[in-house]
Amino acid sequence: MPEQKVVDIDYLFKEAPRERHFITGAQAMAEAVKRANVDMAIAYPITPQSEVMHLVGDLYAQGYLKDYYRAEEEYGTMSAIAGASRAGVRVFTATSGPGLLRGIEAIASWPGHRIPAVLGVLTRVVNAPLSIQPDNIELAYLLHSGVVLLHAENQQDVFDMTLAAFAISEMVDVYIPVAVATEGFFVTHAKGYVDMTPEDMKLPPRDPYKAPVPVTDNEVPPARIQRDAPVQKSNFMSYLIHAVWQQEVWSSTQRAMKYIYKYLNGPIEVVNPDADVFVVASGCAAAQGREAVRYAQEEGLNVGLVKIKSIRPFPTKEVRDALKNAKGVVIPEHNIEGWLSKEVKAAIPNSGIVVDGPRVYGGMTLPVELIMEEIYKILGIKQEKKVVI
Amino acid sequence: MSEEKKIVPGPAGYMPTPAVFMGVELPPEGKALLYGEIVDEETAMREAAKAMLTRKNPTIFPGPQVLWDWRDDVADKAQAILELASEIPNCRIIPMPDYRPKYPKIDPEAEINPNHPNLTILHNRIEACIFVGVHCHYANLSLRMIRAGTNCYTIALCAELGHEEAMASLRDVHADDIRRFKDVLVQVRNELGIQWTPKAPPTNPSLPKEEWEALNPADYGDYLHMIIPRKGTENVTETE
Repeated sequence: MPEQKVVDIDYLFKEAPRERHFITGAQAMAEAVKRANVDMAIAYPITPQSEVMHLVGDLYAQGYLKDYYRAEEEYGTMSAIAGASRAGVRVFTATSGPGLLRGIEAIASWPGHRIPAVLGVLTRVVNAPLSIQPDNIELAYLLHSGVVLLHAENQQDVFDMTLAAFAISEMVDVYIPVAVATEGFFVTHAKGYVDMTPEDMKLPPRDPYKAPVPVTDNEVPPARIQRDAPVQKSNFMSYLIHAVWQQEVWSSTQRAMKYIYKYLNGPIEVVNPDADVFVVASGCAAAQGREAVRYAQEEGLNVGLVKIKSIRPFPTKEVRDALKNAKGVVIPEHNIEGWLSKEVKAAIPNSGIVVDGPRVYGGMTLPVELIMEEIYKILGIKQEKKVVI
Repeated sequence: MSEEKKIVPGPAGYMPTPAVFMGVELPPEGKALLYGEIVDEETAMREAAKAMLTRKNPTIFPGPQVLWDWRDDVADKAQAILELASEIPNCRIIPMPDYRPKYPKIDPEAEINPNHPNLTILHNRIEACIFVGVHCHYANLSLRMIRAGTNCYTIALCAELGHEEAMASLRDVHADDIRRFKDVLVQVRNELGIQWTPKAPPTNPSLPKEEWEALNPADYGDYLHMIIPRKGTENVTETE
């Protein structure tokens, strides 16, 4: 393990030299953890996430982390993450599909308890019959939990977003968990080029006293009373405190936006802003959307891409602005429900221009041709269906 | 400043829209918030001073971060708050010593609590107040509830990034900044022609003296079961 020096957050993101590596998405997430001055990681294995926490375990063995262990299951993992974070240390864990749902009661309590944890979500099918294949329906369950949710297109995004997640989650005006999601296998187990900051530089340590809440409640020993005491009395005051508390969580999610601009160049990326037709996509569907834009350009079609990096906070204003002159919008997704499609439709005034799909799920890949078919339909271009034998 | 003020004294209503949802953003370094808009610190200080000098029952709510001497700079900051209070005519100090809901009933003359701040605001008819040393999360909860249910003018002297919910909010506030605010307040007071000889605020009636070395089970209130198990749960001596 090289001696790591602490550098300023802004320096690490904006100025530090970068070196190109050819690595998997799982490696990219672990490499970000290596540079994030993480104190503790808690693991529970599940495919396709396991690779990430294996690699983070290696970091512990090398001395990058102070503590690392395998919990009993995901509910225990997520609860222990909350406890460690409240005690003042910087924490990381990762999970997939069914594991996320098993831990989601604890995860959904993190924002209200102001837990600045970072959670890797390496997506996988959650429904029966059992499967381990990629499908991002699980992100629909996270949308309403109050966490900041970033969705990575590729290995580079995984590295950048994970590193940024540690910085964003601990900003005093944010101070809620940040989840970094990407598609299992398609990104986690495939290699791509990643420009990484030097491994001998790391973020400053967490300062638990620079926080919008006390580190933990030691006010009345010997009983360790939880910091956020129950407010379940049947009276208006209890209802109101819970209401404004929820508002504070969602206000904090919204405050994360300025840091998403600062460290991730904004919540969306727009390719060909003057296009007639846009592909709007997040995660690795954005990579297919990027290819569709290239295909379209080769055919002389005016097609653009809006890649959505931040699902929560959702970039309503930015999406509305990017699509204000669009004649049609195609939203390819890796889930049956079309959660991104619903978000986009709710954000723009003319939702009738949105094509629901194409969608693939259950582990299926997303051929660029499916996206092109929708683009042709919008532009009134007839394509003959051929059966190739 | 635009004509329309976004964040003004309430009551805003049954279910207030958070300032952040209304588009209010925290000020950058060196700036302040006034009625939801980013302004110079001096502008915000003058308006906040005017509120504390002209509205009824001005009160300072110090939080745990300035009540307990837990860091080197705290004592000086607490002293600066006392100096500020002494320059505000008839100013009171009511602390927010911790953040747990107080059951069965708070003493609203002795303290304020973030879970039900309006009991203290309304009982004492406070129409202008300053939050200082309260952790941001709990300050935001309180400020939002106060804006929802009372006509109190709220001022936040924040050591961090400020508060969208307050009518006037300063950021990065430490002892020197409080003294700077005090100087502005004295200047505004003189401009308004208010005669006042500085004097310490009245003593807080406070709660009954607490015996920290000999805790009474009653001190645990709703949490009593954590030290004395409920009958029939933890201590089962017989079974059928």
